[in-house]
Amino acid sequence: MKNNVYLSKQTNRFFIQWLIILMCFPLVSLAQTAEEKGLKIAQDAKAYDKGFIDFTANMLMTLNNKKGETSSRKIRIKTLEVEGDGDKSMSIFDEPADVKGTAMLTYSHGLDPDDQWLYLPAIKRVKRISSRNKSGPFMGSEFAFEDLGSQEIEKYTYKYLRDEPCSDYECYVIERTPAYEYSGYTRQTVWVDKSGYRMIKADFYDRKNELLKTLESTGYKQYLGHYWRPDKMEMVNHQNGKSTVLEWGKYTFKTGLTESDFKSQTLKRAR
Amino acid sequence: MLKLVFLMLVSALVQSANAIDFSGNVATELQMFPSSAQFPQQFDENLTLSFQPKFRQDWNEGNDEITLELFVRADSRDENRQHADIRELKWLHVSGSDEWRVGINTIFWGVTESQHLVDVINQLDSLEGIDGEDKLGQPMIQYTTLQDWGNLHVFVLPGFREAEFRSSEGRLRLPLAIDTSQTQFESSDKENHVDFAVRYNHYIGETEFGFSIFDGTNRDAEFSTGLNDSGQPVLIPLYRQMTQYGLDLQSIVGDWTWKLEAIHRSLDSGSFNAATAGFEYTFYSILDSAVDMGTLLEYSWDSRELNAGVFDRDLFGGFRFAFNDVQSSEILAGFVFDTEKHSQSMRVEASRRLGESWKLTGELQVFSHVDANDPLLAFAQDDYVLLELARYF
Repeated sequence: MKNNVYLSKQTNRFFIQWLIILMCFPLVSLAQTAEEKGLKIAQDAKAYDKGFIDFTANMLMTLNNKKGETSSRKIRIKTLEVEGDGDKSMSIFDEPADVKGTAMLTYSHGLDPDDQWLYLPAIKRVKRISSRNKSGPFMGSEFAFEDLGSQEIEKYTYKYLRDEPCSDYECYVIERTPAYEYSGYTRQTVWVDKSGYRMIKADFYDRKNELLKTLESTGYKQYLGHYWRPDKMEMVNHQNGKSTVLEWGKYTFKTGLTESDFKSQTLKRAR
Repeated sequence: MLKLVFLMLVSALVQSANAIDFSGNVATELQMFPSSAQFPQQFDENLTLSFQPKFRQDWNEGNDEITLELFVRADSRDENRQHADIRELKWLHVSGSDEWRVGINTIFWGVTESQHLVDVINQLDSLEGIDGEDKLGQPMIQYTTLQDWGNLHVFVLPGFREAEFRSSEGRLRLPLAIDTSQTQFESSDKENHVDFAVRYNHYIGETEFGFSIFDGTNRDAEFSTGLNDSGQPVLIPLYRQMTQYGLDLQSIVGDWTWKLEAIHRSLDSGSFNAATAGFEYTFYSILDSAVDMGTLLEYSWDSRELNAGVFDRDLFGGFRFAFNDVQSSEILAGFVFDTEKHSQSMRVEASRRLGESWKLTGELQVFSHVDANDPLLAFAQDDYVLLELARYF
């Protein structure tokens, strides 16, 4: 009997505690900080894209300068999703002709430095390279290496700014600050659409915190009825007047790529 | 073996619906020697043409592939340098994490910039560059397995490629003509000796390492003096048997890349050790530009008596500029200083893409001081400027 009274008292206390917690819940939700909300959106975006397993795609990169001169590169991309770590990806260069056969392999990690290898076909050498040069231009373009790398959650800290319509979408606007070393940016402002977590637009601020570049992604198509990928990405550099356009084609998902397709030795036979 | 590869090539062409992938380059090269020649007949400038086509065909969902890569140089002034080579003619078969390569191939091992100690599979193409990066195709059967514990490569190398040397009219040659008709081998199998090699390489974090063993005909010739048919003094190459153990190590630590190559080579005529160690430190985006500047320093050491090798107690320092521009402009400048013989030489390589498919390369080599006891003495008057314009396709 005594025992029962004790139990019921305990039970009562338990319910009261829960009641208090439940009552507080709307307050907790309101009190979610801008940082928490920003992180939540980044996590949701990553979760939405999870499970693509692997994909291959072709990329045509066109470099434009102020004088209207253009130069192009053709690159094939293969990416493998890795459970619990960053993606593995291989870029194989087809043009310009003098770099044909050059291939780059990247194992991206969160905050740890990425592992990166380069294959130089002229001397048939696989060279381990430093991934330190995040802010350097990729193939002379307006894309830095860090713009094209795998976008792992841990690479940034986030801050939700506002909701806003962007092109045809309803977007979250988030500020993200690189948490990895050697970034060329103090911060980025990104517009992410609420339904498919497509990155519609991004502003990049240089080390002096001045607007450096704007990236706009258009022509999003849905693959496997779920995964969104853009047909076109245009990066405009506001400071030097140059721009680079990436046109994507031949997106293929779940192609059956395996870990052994992403070894430094396989760069030699990359195609 | 070539027959087998040829049959595979034919069957590949028949089986595959894919078009053959064809690429390569045609280049014209102007080499100028400003100093007057050390030996009579040697020319002061030379204009040559080269052609390097590559063909590739895969089938069986990319698990089988045939590649053919040729190199041809037309040289009107140095008849020996008018030469052709099959750099690659091989069949590749991939089965899961195992790879087989059968045919002629070119292999690169190692990490250092100033010399390539561990890299011993291929004979150097000494008619082309003097930097040890142009090589003659080597017949081989190569098995590679790619595992979580690293990559293991096993090579069976039937047949030996003799080094080729410039003619007496050519610059960058030894003081006497080399008579390859009298070439000697230590092994009674001569150029048909079957060599073996094994290599294991792997990485931990940002450290890459490789161990290699080579057993067979030494690619480096030793020379003895003799007489040719007409009684003229000549150098006669001798190729000994050797076993070489090699280690190569590269570690990236922030902006530093540390490099080490070390070998132990045993020959009947004596064993020795040699090593090259150093670093490359990179300044990224110098002066807020896109230009990266690497600074290189390497020291080479050889346990043999003086004059056994070109890099015996030598310090190499250099700068590498990567402009990261649309034309992929690059400059590599290096200085070599012999700490015992005090010889000095300097080398600058620069390249830049022109338009979409042309590339201009420049090379400057200066032997600013060559000690009288240095094996480089024969090259003392052979400072040169080289310009190459290549059209890629």
